[in-house]
Amino acid sequence: MAVNIPLAIDIENMGFRYPGNSELSFSKLNLKIAKNERFGLFGPNGAGKTTLISLMTGLLSADEGHIKLLGHEVGKQNNNAVNKLFGFVPQDFSFYQELSPVENLEFFGAWSGLGKPAIKKRTNELLHILGLEEVRDKPVQKFSGGMKRRVNLAIGVIHEPEILFLDEPTVGVDVQTRHAIIHYLLELNKNGTTLIYTSHQLSEAEGLCEQVALIDDGKIIAQDDLDQLLKDYKHDNLEQLFLNLTGKEYRNDV
Amino acid sequence: MFVMPIMLVIVVTNIQNSTFQLVSKNKLPILVNNRDTGQSGKQLVSTINKIGMFKVLNIAGNQSEKQMSDAMHEQDAMLGVVIPSNFSVKVAAKAKSIADKALKSFGLEGDSVKQAGDVDPLTMYYNPVLQESLRLSVDGGMRSALQLVESRETLRSLYFSINEKPLPESLENEMLNNKTAINEIAVSKEGTRINPNATQHNVPAWTIFAMFFVIMSLGGSVVREKISGSFIRLKTLPTSYAVAILSKQIAYLGVTIIQAIVIFSIGVWLFPLMGLPALNLPSDMLALTVVTIVTGWCAVSYAICVGVFSETQEQVNGFGAISIVILSALGGLMVPSFAMQGFFKNAANFSPMHWSLEAYYTMFLENGKLKDILHNMAPLVIITLLLQFLTFVGLKRKNLI
Repeated sequence: MAVNIPLAIDIENMGFRYPGNSELSFSKLNLKIAKNERFGLFGPNGAGKTTLISLMTGLLSADEGHIKLLGHEVGKQNNNAVNKLFGFVPQDFSFYQELSPVENLEFFGAWSGLGKPAIKKRTNELLHILGLEEVRDKPVQKFSGGMKRRVNLAIGVIHEPEILFLDEPTVGVDVQTRHAIIHYLLELNKNGTTLIYTSHQLSEAEGLCEQVALIDDGKIIAQDDLDQLLKDYKHDNLEQLFLNLTGKEYRNDV
Repeated sequence: MFVMPIMLVIVVTNIQNSTFQLVSKNKLPILVNNRDTGQSGKQLVSTINKIGMFKVLNIAGNQSEKQMSDAMHEQDAMLGVVIPSNFSVKVAAKAKSIADKALKSFGLEGDSVKQAGDVDPLTMYYNPVLQESLRLSVDGGMRSALQLVESRETLRSLYFSINEKPLPESLENEMLNNKTAINEIAVSKEGTRINPNATQHNVPAWTIFAMFFVIMSLGGSVVREKISGSFIRLKTLPTSYAVAILSKQIAYLGVTIIQAIVIFSIGVWLFPLMGLPALNLPSDMLALTVVTIVTGWCAVSYAICVGVFSETQEQVNGFGAISIVILSALGGLMVPSFAMQGFFKNAANFSPMHWSLEAYYTMFLENGKLKDILHNMAPLVIITLLLQFLTFVGLKRKNLI
C-alpha cells in the first residue's frame, strides 16, 4: 500500500483473547485498509473473520494494540462518535421480525441519529433500490430469506456510512438477490463507501473485491491486491488460492 | 397484558366473595346423627340450626364412620356430627352435680353431691378439603351450641333444686337468649366507615400481581433482543444501549399504569353488574397515583433485571413466573402478612409486593392519605433502586453498555 493513502481502517499490533482463554486468539495483528477500497476478508471456519469484524466494530474490545476507523480509536470513550462512521450488516438477521421494513428502518434510522425527514427520504430510497416497495408495510417475519437479507442490508446503510462491514451478506439467497446486492454494493463503493466484505462465496468475492486478506488461525497469511496474489501464487482463481494456503482438511471450530 | 389480568381479578374476586357468602349467606351443610333420645340432644340440634351458619341434614340410626363418610359425600355435606346416645343423661347428671355443688356452696341443703363424669364427646367428621380456618370457625360454633345446651340444663337443675318446680320457659329464655350485642366497626384513618369485602381486598392485591407479571413480556423482550441479534445492531449504532433499556422501562411503566386503571375501573363499574360489591376508590387520588406509579416502576425494574441476567426465553418464563408467585405469597397476597410467622413474616419485608399491598390496603381499606403510605413507599423505592443498580452491573459485566 502506498504511503499517504488515507486509511479507513488501521489495525496495529492488535492482540485479543477470548474471556477465559489464556492464549491470544490474535497476536500482533497488523492490517491497513485504504479509504474507498473494496476489501475482502476470507478464511476457513473458525479462522477469526467474524471476531476480527467484531473487534473493528467495537462489539469486542482488543486486549493489546489499537484499532482505528478513519483515525478514531475503536473501543474508547467516543464509541458513539465512531459508530456513526460505519454500518454493519451482520451474518444473522438483526432486525425486529414483527415489524415491517418501514418500521425497522424508521427505528434503526432514529437510533443512527437521523432526523425524521432524512429517515423518510432514505427509507423510500432504499426500499426502491432494494425492491422492497411492494412489501414495505408487511411484517418481515413473513418474508423469504432473500427479502430478509435485503432488509438487513438496508438497515446497515440507512445512515450512509463511510465504512460498511458485511459479514456474509448473501448467505442463502437466490441468484437474483445476490446479483442485486452485489450491484448495490458496487454503487455504494462508487459513491465513496469503503467495503469490508467476508463470504464463503469466493467466486462472488472475486467480482467484488480489489484487495483481499486470507486469515487463518488468527493470523493474516496473505494480503494484497487480488490479481497480484493470484499471479504470485500462480492460481487462476481465489478458491484455488484459498485451498492452497489453508488446506483441504475439515475445520472443526469449537 | 390486559385480558388475562382482568380475568384473574374477576375470577379470584368471585371465588373469594363466594367463600365469604358460604359462611354468611350460603350455609354450611352439616349431617347430624342424633343417637340421643332425650331433650338435650334435640335442643342441641335446634341450637345448631339457630346459629345460622349451618344447614342441618338429619340422618337416623347408629351410623358407623364409614356410613357417615358415605352419607356426607352423597349429600355434599362438608361436616358431620354424631351426638352420643347418652348425651341427655350425661348432660342432666352433670347439670345436677353442678347444681348440688352450687347449693352446697350457697349453704343450702341439697342432695348429697355425686361427682358426675364428663359428658361423652360428640364426634365431628369433616371433609379434609375444609380449610383449617373454616374448621376452627365451625368448632367455635359447635362449642357455643354445646355451652348453651349445658348451661340451660344446669340452670334448670339449679332452679328445680331451689324451687322444686321447673324453670319457667320465659325466665329460661330471658336468662339464656338475652345476648349482649357486639357492634362491629371497621376502623379507618379518617373515621369514615368502609365495609371491607372481597372486592376491596382482592382488586388491589391482584392488580399488583398483574403488574408484576409484566416480567413475562418485558423480560422476554430483553432476552429476545439479545438472542435475535437486534441487540448486536443496537450496540453498533451511535446511541447507547442504556437508552434502549430506559425507553423500554418508560413504555412498560405506561402499560402497568394502564393495567391498574383498567382493573380499578372494572372494579368500580363492571363488578356491580356481575353481582359483586363495587370497588370504592380511595379519596386521596394523589396517593393512589403515587403508589401505582412506584409499584409499576418496581415491577418494570424487576422485569428488566431478570431479562438482563437471563440467557434464554425459557429462563425468563420459568424464573419470572415462579418468582412472582413466591413474591406474592411472601407479600401477603394469598395469606395476610399478619398471619405469617417467624422467618416468613420477616421475609415479607423483602417482597416489593408486600409494601405495595400495605400501601393499597391503607388507602382502600382504611381510607389513608399520602402521609400514611410514605413509610411503605420508602422501602419500595429502595428495592427499585437496588434492582436498577443490579441491572446496571449486569449490563456492564456483559459488555452491553
